[in-house]
Amino acid sequence: MNAWLQKLHETFIESGYLDFMFEGLKNTVLITLGALAIGIVIGSLIAIIKYFAEDTPALKPAAVVCDVYVTVIRGIPVVVLLLIFFFVIMTAADGIPVAIITFGINSGAYMAELIRSGLGAVDKGQLEAARSLGMSKTQAMRKVIFPQAIRYILPAIGNEMIALLKETSVAGYVAVVDLTRAGNLVRNNTHDAFNPLMVVALTYLLIVVLLSRLLKILERRLKRNDKR
Amino acid sequence: MISVKGLVKKFGDLEVLRGIDAEINKGDVICVIGPSGSGKSTFLRCLNLLEKPDGGHIIFEGDDLTSKKIDLNAHRQKIGMVFQQFNLFPHMTVLDNLTCAPIMLKKIPKAEAEAKAIDLLSRVGLADRAGSYPGKLSGGQKQRVAICRALCMEPDVMLFDEPTSALDPEMVGEVLEVMKALAKAGMTMVVVTHEMGFAREVSNRVLFLDEGVIMEEGTPEDIFDAPKCERLRSFLSKVL
Repeated sequence: MNAWLQKLHETFIESGYLDFMFEGLKNTVLITLGALAIGIVIGSLIAIIKYFAEDTPALKPAAVVCDVYVTVIRGIPVVVLLLIFFFVIMTAADGIPVAIITFGINSGAYMAELIRSGLGAVDKGQLEAARSLGMSKTQAMRKVIFPQAIRYILPAIGNEMIALLKETSVAGYVAVVDLTRAGNLVRNNTHDAFNPLMVVALTYLLIVVLLSRLLKILERRLKRNDKR
Repeated sequence: MISVKGLVKKFGDLEVLRGIDAEINKGDVICVIGPSGSGKSTFLRCLNLLEKPDGGHIIFEGDDLTSKKIDLNAHRQKIGMVFQQFNLFPHMTVLDNLTCAPIMLKKIPKAEAEAKAIDLLSRVGLADRAGSYPGKLSGGQKQRVAICRALCMEPDVMLFDEPTSALDPEMVGEVLEVMKALAKAGMTMVVVTHEMGFAREVSNRVLFLDEGVIMEEGTPEDIFDAPKCERLRSFLSKVL
């Protein structure tokens, strides 16, 4: 026990790698949140286009573009996307912005599907009632459909966030020092494999457990506010 | 007020409406009857273009609603609609259900819209439920609120799509009473219904739809007491 604590102290404190690990954690959180924001924007846009394209011929071409986007993105491993963005498309940019954009674009394709199914879960009669009163599609969406869809969408976005957090662990491929890469570098430099990797694993686990807890609370709230 | 000219509607290969002509004048209370699948709901939903017609024209107050250039949303404000499934907004209180469209679309001050809403609700005996959510109301109450929601926009005509078909039998009466009062007050109404008693008593004209065409049209006396076509006679013998 003492020997292990000694080792832990050597690996993280004496060498000063603890700050390095925190730096990695910071980048992981930054990439996750940035990608989440981009993903929500792209996902909402696609979901709304596809929701209305069903009965609006003018939106059909846009819907086809969205389908292609979703198919392409979902069909390519995120590591490959990351490499393509870093080495081919955004060659002048740093790893972190590239990672944020890549994970955002990737996540957008998945979010599109879950936001769309949230919108689809709201009864069609709601849209008809709003339109019959004279609301435009945008007004009906904002005032009637979205406020009802949000209780289906929010929990799904929470799950997507958990998946996203773990996916960002491959950001090291493009020279980003995220939590995983930081741990791996410490392992490499200290000849202590066990402790750095355990710290990395437990940190992810802790965040995921916390997020899941928050999600549960959120879901319970949404249910309680449901006055139907 | 509304003239329907050569209205055609298809769902895929199925031709639901096969050329309908009808004239709806100010103050008319028109009941549309017919067997299920005859196209009567589709006909009604074409009047405010919830269903896009595949042919023909809907002329509302001089404007062709099927024209691409028309501001459909502005015209829909003047065409109230009541649905079989009520379609109240479950995330809003009864009061907000009534006032959200007038405030958003007609820019009516909140206080004024709310006063108008309360007035309408008290006329249907529901002023005390203004703060409730639709989920707490009975079916009959929901439909009365839905009628008020449409009226709150001060429409020129009201469309009713089987407004009592989803109600428990004991609640049908309270909704029909509200509709009767509305008709008496001079509202122009088009009602798709299975309530033959209501059609006979309240309407001034009845359209009998079958197989996507108006098979017979006339006053309630013509339709119910002296039906001409065989289809109508057999339909009436089943429902009366």
